[in-house]
Amino acid sequence: MAEFEPKIVAFVCNWCTYAGADLTGTSRIKYSPNVRMIRLPCTGRIDFMLLLQAFGQGADGIVVSGCHPGDCHYTSGNFHARRRWMLFRRLLEFLGVDLRRVHFAWVSAAEGAKWAELVNQVVEDVRKLGPYREFPRRLAAADSRAEVA
Amino acid sequence: MSRIGVFICHCGENIGATVDTAAVAAASADLPGVVHSVDYKYMCSDPGQNLIKDAIREKKLSGVVVAACSPRMHEPTFRRACQEVGLNPYLCEMANLREHCSWVHEQGEATTEKAADLVRVMVEKVKRNRPLYPINVPITKTALVLGGGIAGIQAALDIAGAGHRVILVEREASIGGHMAQLSETFPTLDCSQCILTPRMVEVAQHPNITLYTYSELERVEGFIGNFRAVIRKKARSVDESACTGCGACIQKCPTKKIPSEFNADLGPRTAIYVPFPQAVPNKPVIDRDHCTYYRTGKCKVCEKFCPANAIRFDQEDLLVEVEVGAIVVTTGYQVAGAAEFGEYGYGEYPDVITGLQFERLASASGPTQGVIRRPSDGKVPETVVFIACAGSRDAARGRDYCSKICCMYTAKHAMLYRHKVHEGNAYVFYMDIRAGGKMYEEFVRRAIEQDRVRYVRGRVSRIFERDGKLVVKGTDTLLAGRPVEIQADLVVLATAMIPQPDAETFAQKLKISYDEDRFLSEAHPKLRPVEMNTAGIYVAGACQAPKDIPETVAQASGAAAKVSGLFSKDELSREPVVAVVNRCAPPDFSTCVGCFLCESACPYQAIEHEEIRARDGSAIKTVAKVNQGVCQGCGTCVALCRSKSIDLQGFTNEQVFSEIVIL
Repeated sequence: MAEFEPKIVAFVCNWCTYAGADLTGTSRIKYSPNVRMIRLPCTGRIDFMLLLQAFGQGADGIVVSGCHPGDCHYTSGNFHARRRWMLFRRLLEFLGVDLRRVHFAWVSAAEGAKWAELVNQVVEDVRKLGPYREFPRRLAAADSRAEVA
Repeated sequence: MSRIGVFICHCGENIGATVDTAAVAAASADLPGVVHSVDYKYMCSDPGQNLIKDAIREKKLSGVVVAACSPRMHEPTFRRACQEVGLNPYLCEMANLREHCSWVHEQGEATTEKAADLVRVMVEKVKRNRPLYPINVPITKTALVLGGGIAGIQAALDIAGAGHRVILVEREASIGGHMAQLSETFPTLDCSQCILTPRMVEVAQHPNITLYTYSELERVEGFIGNFRAVIRKKARSVDESACTGCGACIQKCPTKKIPSEFNADLGPRTAIYVPFPQAVPNKPVIDRDHCTYYRTGKCKVCEKFCPANAIRFDQEDLLVEVEVGAIVVTTGYQVAGAAEFGEYGYGEYPDVITGLQFERLASASGPTQGVIRRPSDGKVPETVVFIACAGSRDAARGRDYCSKICCMYTAKHAMLYRHKVHEGNAYVFYMDIRAGGKMYEEFVRRAIEQDRVRYVRGRVSRIFERDGKLVVKGTDTLLAGRPVEIQADLVVLATAMIPQPDAETFAQKLKISYDEDRFLSEAHPKLRPVEMNTAGIYVAGACQAPKDIPETVAQASGAAAKVSGLFSKDELSREPVVAVVNRCAPPDFSTCVGCFLCESACPYQAIEHEEIRARDGSAIKTVAKVNQGVCQGCGTCVALCRSKSIDLQGFTNEQVFSEIVIL
C-alpha cells in the first residue's frame, strides 16, 4: 500500500501568509504538495465552523496562519483570531479533537521560507499521526442520532 | 444554472513544465457547471485575454476561473477583461497554479492533482459569486491639516494651490513650528526665518486657507471623504478681529519673567505675548497660568492700554465643527528632555544646553541677538563641545533609532560658532557621521577642513564642573580608546528627536497607528509613505519619523498631491469587498438580533445602529448596519456573528464553506 498522504487545509490571510506563500513560489522553495490553501481577507474572518467543517470533510490536519501580532492589515483582526483560537482550542479539546492536528502560526509576507518549513513540518507531523477518520465518523454518528431524535 | 469557463495558463514553462495543464483542463471540463475549459500558453497576453472574452460572449459564461499566477499579480487584469465584455468583474476568480503549486512542488501526479483541486475549489466558489458593484462615496473637498509647522504649511499651501479648501489647525499661538526657531539651515546656511516667514504670510493670506491657531483637534468621526471634526479654539483672551497687533499690551504687561518657549527657555516673555515677532497671526494670547489677573484677580493693565479694546478676560474655549474629506497629520516632534542626561549635567549646569537652545543663541532674533553667549554668565565661550547622538541610537535609553538630523546640525552649529567666534575651539564627539543627502557630506567636510572643527570619534562618559570649566571626559576610539578630557565653556547636546508627548492619545483620537517609538506608522514603509492605514488620513514630517526640512517638505507635498488626487473626483469609488447585514421579509426584516458583538470587534467603527420602523413609525427593532464607506472588509464581524446575519461580500460563508466541502 502506498504511503499515507495527509490532506492539510490551510486558512490564510490575504495580506501576510498568502503573500508569504507567493514569495515561497517566487523564491522557488519546494515543499510538500499536500496542502490546500483557503484565502481569506484576514484571520479575523476565520470562523470555528470552517475548521470543524474541514475536519468533517476529511482533512487530516489544519493550518491557520496570518500576520504577526501588530502587523495586521486591518489593525487588529489577528488579535481577534488569537483570542478566539484560545477558546477554540478548549472547544476542540472538549469535542475530543486531537489538537496536534491543528497548527496556528504567524507567517508574514516576507517569510517565504518559513511557510515552506511550516507546511513540511505539519505534513510530517500529521503523517506520523495517521489518517483522521475519527472525527468525520463521529460527526456522521451525531448526525444520524439527530435525525432519529 | 451556472455556466463557468475555466482557463488554464501554462505561463510558458512556469506552470506548463510542472503541471500537466491539458489534464487539468480536461478534468475541469467534467466539473458540474463548467461549460468551457481550455489551456493556453499565456493567458495574460492579448490573445489569451481574447480567448476569455470570446468564450464569455460565445458561451454566455456566468463565471470565469483563470488558473494562472497569484491573484495578487493578475486578478485586476482578468477582471478588467471580463468587464470589457460585460461580465461583472467580481464573477472572475483566480486559482493560483504558479506561486502555490508549480513553483513550489516537483513535477508529478501529486502536483497536477493539486492543480486540479485548486481549480475545482475556485469553480465551486465562483458559482456562488454575486455581481458586485463599486461603492461610490461622495467627497467633501476640504482638507484638514493638523499642525502648522513647515510640513503643515507646505501641505496646506499645495492643497490650497490646487484649488481646494484647507483648514489648518495649530496648537500654539502662531504657525511656524520648530523651523521658525532655527537660526540657519544646513547645508546652505540660509536663514531659516527668511525662507519660512514668507510662507507663513502666504498661508494667512491665502483665500482657500482657514487658519485656526491656539486650537486643537477635539475629536473626529466619519471616514474618507466624509470626516466631521471638532476643533477646540482655546480662549486667547483677545478678540482676534478687534486686535490690530500693535503690541502695546505686551510692552505694558507687568509679568515679564516667564521663560519663553520659543527661545527654548533661554529668554523671558510676558504673560500676554506673541511667541515671536514674525508670528502669524500677529495677535497675542494671554497665558492664563501666569497672568496676574487670572492668578490674583487684579491687574488688567493690558485692557487699560489696549487702544482697540480687544482684551476679553471672559472669553471661553470655542468648539467649531467642520466637515472635511481628508486629514493631513503634521504634528511634528519635540527634543528629548533634561531628565535624560544626568551624566552630562543637563539641568544641573546652565552651560550644558540642547541643540535647539543653541539655535536660539545663534539666531539673530534670539535672546542674545545672535552673539554666542553662554547662559550662566553671558560670556562668549572659548571652547565649545558638541555631543552628537545624545539620546539617539541608545538602547539604554530605550531609543534605538537615529534622529537623522543631528550629524548635520551639529556640523552646522560648530561651523556657526567658528564663524562667530574666530579664536574659539569647537570639538564634536560623534559615533558615526551620517551625512547622506545632497551637498551634505561636502558640508561636513567644510566644517572639518575649512572651519577646523575638531571631530573626536567616541562617546562622552561624563561632564562635571572644575574651576569654572565644564570638564568633558570621553574616549577617542580612533586612537585605540585613549581617554580625552576637554575643558569647555559650553556644551551642546544634540538631543534626540522624540514624538510629541501626547502622540499616543492623538493617534487614538484619529484611529491611526503608531510604532514602538510612538512615531506614526505610514501605510507602507516604501510604497505608501504618506498615507496612514486609515483611508483618507495622510502624514508628513517628523511626527512619522525623524527627518530634516527638505525631506519634510517633500513628504508634505507628497501628502498634498495625494489629497489633491482624492479631491479630483466628486465621488470615491471603492472595492465592494465589504460586510453586509442581511435583510429579509417582515416581520423579521433581518436575522440580526442586535447584540452588536460586531460593533465591539470592528477595528474601523464601521458598525452603525439602524432602527427598523413599522409604517406607523413605531420601532420594531434595532439592528446592525455596516457603513460601507468605512468598512475595509476584514470580516472579523462575520466570524463573530452569533446569528450569522452579517456576511462579507466576495468571501461569504456560502462561498468559503463550499470551497471546503469540495476539497
